[in-house]
Amino acid sequence: MPTMLEVSGLGHTYKTKDGVHNAIGDVSFTVNAGELVCVVGPSGCGKSTLLRTISGLITPTVGEVLLHGDPVRGVPADLAVVFQDYSRSLFPWLSVQRNVEFPLRTRVSARAERRERAREALEWVGLSAAGGKYPWQLSGGMQQRVAIARALASRPSLLLMDEPFASVDAQTRFELEDLLLRVRAEHDSTVLLVTHDIDESVYLGDRVLVLSKSPGSITTDLDVNLPDERDQITTRASSEFVELRSEVARLLHGGEPATRPSPSVPDTAANDRFLAAERAETHSTSDT
Amino acid sequence: MSWFGKFAYRWVVFVGIVVVWQLATAAADDPFFPPPSTIANTIYHLWLSGPGSQLFLTDTVYDDVFASIGRILLGWAIAAVIGVAIGVLLGRSRTAMDYVNPLFAFARSVPSPALVPVFLVLLDIGTPAQLATIVFGVVWPILMNTVDGVRSVDPIKEETARAFRLSRGQWLLGVVLPAAAPKIFAGLRVSLSLSLVLMVISELVASRNGIGLQMLIAQRAFDYPAMWAGIVLLGVLGYLFNTVLLMVENRALSWQPERHTGH
Repeated sequence: MPTMLEVSGLGHTYKTKDGVHNAIGDVSFTVNAGELVCVVGPSGCGKSTLLRTISGLITPTVGEVLLHGDPVRGVPADLAVVFQDYSRSLFPWLSVQRNVEFPLRTRVSARAERRERAREALEWVGLSAAGGKYPWQLSGGMQQRVAIARALASRPSLLLMDEPFASVDAQTRFELEDLLLRVRAEHDSTVLLVTHDIDESVYLGDRVLVLSKSPGSITTDLDVNLPDERDQITTRASSEFVELRSEVARLLHGGEPATRPSPSVPDTAANDRFLAAERAETHSTSDT
Repeated sequence: MSWFGKFAYRWVVFVGIVVVWQLATAAADDPFFPPPSTIANTIYHLWLSGPGSQLFLTDTVYDDVFASIGRILLGWAIAAVIGVAIGVLLGRSRTAMDYVNPLFAFARSVPSPALVPVFLVLLDIGTPAQLATIVFGVVWPILMNTVDGVRSVDPIKEETARAFRLSRGQWLLGVVLPAAAPKIFAGLRVSLSLSLVLMVISELVASRNGIGLQMLIAQRAFDYPAMWAGIVLLGVLGYLFNTVLLMVENRALSWQPERHTGH
């Protein structure tokens, strides 16, 4: 399989009032075309920073990101991002159909084709009937499906998802996870998904990358050898799944992978500040 | 409730007050307070008794009333363009507001009518000086509200726009302005009523025509019904302007849940 994404020696440091905060340390990994790779890490380990540097939204302090061989400087044209907070990333003044259509303006000049592509993308996520509605008229899960359709409409070679299912209830999360698996199977998409949910990372991923505490770096690259066809009840009950999730949990809680050196000792004060900031952020967004 | 029922419900207090006013002024028989019926009669003779070729409007409607309305709308429109344009620029800049804030705070505190003598020296008596008074007075609510609205654009929307590589124009027209629109409209409404106020004041001070001038002439000629007619006309104009702008606003912001009336 050809390599879609290559991340090497990626690190990012924020300047804050009281010095510098090392959000991600030294991250290297690759994602092959057609793969769904999950990055799982504890709160405040720099998952979001990692995703933003890969997407080109922020420029990393060190290291390099290559998307099918081309270095990423600024957001590449064939990359799409789904953010955690659908209520803030969708445009409330546009109908669902127009929300999906609007970003296509940068790549498709014909209005009719934009409309057709948006209609098609809404069909993929099962929202054909909701095109004329405004986002606030839909449930949270449906709104996130709109955001997914919007990302898919541009037919990206790489889809980045930042905790996409963290703001919906458990039942809806299962539905959206299955929707993602179905859509990526149908379109052979390459997906990099960041999550703090261990079960989710194992359930969705072909591979799981375990990120250490801040400054985040990858401690383990785990192959998920579950069958491609997955099911919320039987897969999650299977012994392979349970074993994998325990392994990921053990690694997340500081367990040592057999062959890797231990991650550098984190700056605990900086880590606490970052955690507090992220907690505040989660609070301000979860009440919508 | 029927359409008529709703209408009656909304206007019953208004009509009641007018009736009381009529009875009280008729009983008092004071020349300074003519009864509403007299004012209505004056309104008819002053403005609505013209020839059919002028849509039954008198010459003074064309010479004075339309001149005043033109000044309000033109002054307000100029202020809206300036206020929104500068507001967007300042609001999107991280530091610009820090530099100009003291200047704005000072300029905003100067009552626009106090500048009428200045404008009269600098500009022609009549429309130019009046427009300057209106624009200077009403630009601030639009400008400050635009800055506020533009600043409040959600950072996640900004990231979304960048992630989709929206151009600068698409970002400003497609994201920033719609996001700021509720605040901008609030500023526009404050400014529209203020335009009416400043129009009258500027016409009372220095004018060759207009509703304000006619009211001043009526007052100096002890023609109190005509003066009251001018007051009523200004009230009606203010009410109409606000109603029309509210309709436009409700249409433009129909996406907001609290305004949404369904398809």
